[in-house]
Amino acid sequence: MKNTFLAFYLALKEVLRNRGRFLLVSMVIALITLLVLFIAALGEGLANGNRQYVANLDAQLIVFLDKSDYNISASRLDTNTARTIRRVDGVADAGPIYTSNTEIVSTEKPLKVSLLGVEAGRPGMPVIIEGREFRGGEAREAVIDRNVALRSGIKVGDVIEIRSTQGVDDQFFTLTVVGMVDGQSYFFAPTIFVPPATWEQIRPQSEADLNSDTPFPNIIAVKLADPSQVEVMKTRLIDQVSKIEVADIVTTINNIPGYAAQQGTVQTQGFFTLLIGVLVIGGFFQIQILQKVPQIGVLKAIGSSNGVVGWAAVIQIVVVTAMGVGIGGVLTYLFSLGLPPTIPFVFNGVRSFAAIILLLLIGPLGGLVSIIYAVRIEPLKALRLG
Amino acid sequence: MSSIALEVKDLVKSFSLDGAMINAVDNVSFQVHAGEFVALVGPSGSGKTTMLSILAALLSPTSGQVLIDGQDLAQMNEKRRVKLRREKIGFTFQSNNLIPFLTAQENVEFMLRLNGQADKAGRVRSAEILARLGLSDRLHNLPAQLSGGQQQRVAIARALIHNPAVVLADEPTASLDTERAFQVVETFAKLVHENNRAGIMVTHDLRMCQYVDRVLQMQDGKLVRAVETKKEIMELAHGAIKH
Repeated sequence: MKNTFLAFYLALKEVLRNRGRFLLVSMVIALITLLVLFIAALGEGLANGNRQYVANLDAQLIVFLDKSDYNISASRLDTNTARTIRRVDGVADAGPIYTSNTEIVSTEKPLKVSLLGVEAGRPGMPVIIEGREFRGGEAREAVIDRNVALRSGIKVGDVIEIRSTQGVDDQFFTLTVVGMVDGQSYFFAPTIFVPPATWEQIRPQSEADLNSDTPFPNIIAVKLADPSQVEVMKTRLIDQVSKIEVADIVTTINNIPGYAAQQGTVQTQGFFTLLIGVLVIGGFFQIQILQKVPQIGVLKAIGSSNGVVGWAAVIQIVVVTAMGVGIGGVLTYLFSLGLPPTIPFVFNGVRSFAAIILLLLIGPLGGLVSIIYAVRIEPLKALRLG
Repeated sequence: MSSIALEVKDLVKSFSLDGAMINAVDNVSFQVHAGEFVALVGPSGSGKTTMLSILAALLSPTSGQVLIDGQDLAQMNEKRRVKLRREKIGFTFQSNNLIPFLTAQENVEFMLRLNGQADKAGRVRSAEILARLGLSDRLHNLPAQLSGGQQQRVAIARALIHNPAVVLADEPTASLDTERAFQVVETFAKLVHENNRAGIMVTHDLRMCQYVDRVLQMQDGKLVRAVETKKEIMELAHGAIKH
């Protein structure tokens, strides 16, 4: 305990008496933190933009067309598959999901959105935070993601116009916004939800598709009676329903086109930034220890143990790193306030938290060599007595 | 006669140099009593710094015994040697003596902190000893704000504050001008005598010997001469001054 107090005493006195030097190092760490957190928040934002709707589904399993490789766009199921799935023992409910995209043109600037067809009250329909769910059938009603509202100023009760390519012609449809949901981005775009029959009419479609009024769902979200029975139900669904393949939510997300590659890229950037951080901090503390060799020699010669010297070095590194990460965190937060909503930047994600923990670890990790060096300094050589 | 604070018996320290064994300290024996201030002199390479390193428990002897306050260094592991250095030994070095980010008083108090004695009384004692050394107006100055002589005096205060059995000084005047060198050694001698400590000063400057009680002269690792009478010591010191 005495050693720890002594180590704290030495470490903090040195930091306080050399504020300028240590603040400079903290600022370097703060800049690394800003960079790492920015990459992490962008990664989180991009991931959210891609997976948010799927991740927030009130379902445990997703049903795809057999051999579609869990690719939502490549999957197209029979219209009555959802009814068949609902009859399987252990299934609480199943909701078909129809995916497409379109453009809202009634706003000042056209806004590209994901157009999702879902059945009100079934899995796939997110929780309404304002207004109400749309009516069924061919109601020209829509529920919008809050991100659409933030970007365009559209509110519940407004009438929006969307452009949709039908065959080779552009057609325009009007929809009344009746409700709002939150956190439902899909495929990098905010989302609007419409009933399946409406979706079939207004979605962009080829000349050949125009002849059919039957909407075919891409996937079906399955809510289980017992959510812990994912593996059992997966097998049971495949056994009892023909021409399907079944995935859990995580597998579905990882198979969203481009998701894994994008996240891999972001994580690699983050990793290399952290690596640079480790090297910069390691370099600084190594130089500092080299400058302090005689001082450490004196400390040891007059009776300071290796524990005191080692802990003092660790505490100093932790304090300086924590200061840098703290400053960097605040800077990132302030920076994020100035970013427009179009930039996918999520600072409060798990990824940012993990990045902060990693950043706090890179100090001691980077300084590890210098700590070992400090502990191994022989007073005799340091004082040039040997 | 006061008690023996330091006893060296048949001490040998050998090094291997180009395959040959060299005795840096060769069968040396002596004693230093509490309250006695001894100078260890000799030309470069005579073995005095090696001797001091062994006495400071920084270097293990090849053979022989070193007893500090009755404790045999040879019987100690590194942990106990660190404890001995902390409790029983005071040390001043040629230079780089002080912790640069601690004030003069904090540097002195650091020895008390190491020994778990950093209380209010210790704080008063550190201020008193620094005042005795003429540094009462420098208590809160950092080493960089002190002259070389002032830094050495702070180091002396630090070496004595925890009442060690033995106080060792390695060329304490090496980086000082003549006037300050005399001042520092005179003060050192006074404090050793007043506090009844055993003091050993390694120096190549024989002029400084006028303040010591005994001079041990080393050559080629051996103790070749002990100058013990005040008259002889003064002759040695003044001879050096004349030269």
